[in-house]
Amino acid sequence: MVVIENLHKTFQKNKVLTGVDLTIDKGGIFAILGPNGSGKTTLIKSILGMVIPTQGSIQIMGKNIKNNWLYRKKIDYLPQIANFPNNLRVKELFKMIKDIRGNTNTDQELIELFKLSPFLNKKLGNLSGGTKQKVNIVLTFMFNSPILILDEPTTGLDPISLIRLKELIRKEKTKGKTILITSHIMSFVEEISDEIVFLLEGKIYFRGNITQLKTQTEQPNFEHAIASILKNTYA
Amino acid sequence: MLKILKYSFYDLMRSRWSYIYFLFYLLLGTVLLFLNNDLSKAIITLMNVIIILVPLIGTIFGVMYYYNSKEFTELLLAQPLKRNSIFLGQYLGLSLSLTMSLVLGIGIPFILYGIFKSDSIWNFSLLLITGAFLTFIFTALAFNISLSNENKIKGFGYAVLLWLFLAIIYDGIFLMSLILFEDYPLDKLSLFGTMLNPIDLSRTLILLKLDISALLGYTGAVFKKFFGTSFGLIVSLFMLFVWILIPTLRIIVKSKKKDF
Ligand SMILES: Nc1ncnc2c1ncn2[C@@H]1O[C@H](COP(=O)(O)OP(=O)(O)O)[C@@H](O)[C@H]1O
Ligand SMILES: [Mg+2]
Repeated sequence: MVVIENLHKTFQKNKVLTGVDLTIDKGGIFAILGPNGSGKTTLIKSILGMVIPTQGSIQIMGKNIKNNWLYRKKIDYLPQIANFPNNLRVKELFKMIKDIRGNTNTDQELIELFKLSPFLNKKLGNLSGGTKQKVNIVLTFMFNSPILILDEPTTGLDPISLIRLKELIRKEKTKGKTILITSHIMSFVEEISDEIVFLLEGKIYFRGNITQLKTQTEQPNFEHAIASILKNTYA
Repeated sequence: MLKILKYSFYDLMRSRWSYIYFLFYLLLGTVLLFLNNDLSKAIITLMNVIIILVPLIGTIFGVMYYYNSKEFTELLLAQPLKRNSIFLGQYLGLSLSLTMSLVLGIGIPFILYGIFKSDSIWNFSLLLITGAFLTFIFTALAFNISLSNENKIKGFGYAVLLWLFLAIIYDGIFLMSLILFEDYPLDKLSLFGTMLNPIDLSRTLILLKLDISALLGYTGAVFKKFFGTSFGLIVSLFMLFVWILIPTLRIIVKSKKKDF
């Protein structure tokens, strides 16, 4: 599904990724973790072709993504910051993206699920952060692509929407999709993910399930296990 | 690309700036015509305005549009679209909508005045064609500057400087060097100098067609002597085309390498 080999990315002089190797060849929920600025978003944007790698290669469904764009049909992406054209209405945004990616009716269910109907005629610039994030979620989940990438999906959501989001993610998983998620909410990660990919100092420091992480760090709970990795490297 | 072009174009058509720009030309065209009551005089005055103003508007709108549609661009970049089509679509959408404001704004009063029944119709068409060229050229230059500058204020500054240089400073330097080196044969140099500035090129083009020797100036005269009127027209139109082509190619190259 996703094969990343020796990925490097340097912004000006800032070496963010320094040799990431990651192979994901099955469905499931993979959490990409790491301290702030460790390059999680950079890694995700490299997969999407928004950031151009300094070195290394990325393959999606067996095809190198370099100079390729059709592969993005296979990926649904929820960006970290929900930036939308401010003078566009919610309805128009949905229509436009459907015009670009192909038609679907799933958006109706999602609008219902997140109670977005009252906002459909509002301009995106006038929405609150949480509502924007819901729009962001609808946009991402309305197409049924085999790979789903969510960058901080929980940002700004109220508890009910958070529950709905978790249900949604689990439902997509049962379809056999490969789902990559980054999040700072450790309880969310622990609850939902099958595997952890921990980015540290430009490389993958740990990859495995939560039990393995606890054993390796000799910590009884997940949050402490993550914290102990960080403490060791800060020390 | 056509979808992006369509969305950019509609988006701009809904913005009040397009209307302000359109109304400005409508007013300008009307006032000039009914004050002068003479088609060729009105065309010459319009030329002087267009040649300075169109580049300024193209530059400013180009920079503003690029930075203001950053969110839109990022959204599109994650979709199954080619990078080329995203940036070229936006560029064409903006250039076309600016050109439309210009052509309609000036066209309407001239048509009402009866331009189709006069022999100035070709001169007038050339004026509009040149305006369109200048719009496409300066919008492309503005996109180039924005693509190379993450910082909005900087991008804006460079764009205005570029306009100032090509519209005003360039002529000064050009004139000074002609005076300084008057003992040397400067024909080729001045030809070259004109080609390197799309604004000078446009002015020469229009004056060649209007065939007003008094206004042609030194370079215009050289142009006429060197190429003759009709070949001169073709050469300058071709050069204007090159002036669109090169910045557009750079938009493609630059956007391909950029991180978002
Ligand atoms: N487009 C960019 N230009 C320059 N630096 C960038 C860019 N995007 C990210 N960075 C830098 O890369 C580093 C990693 O950022 P990011 O991938 O967003 O981290 P994370 O998502 O893990 O918090 C940060 O230091 C950030 O400043
Ligand atoms: Mg991030």
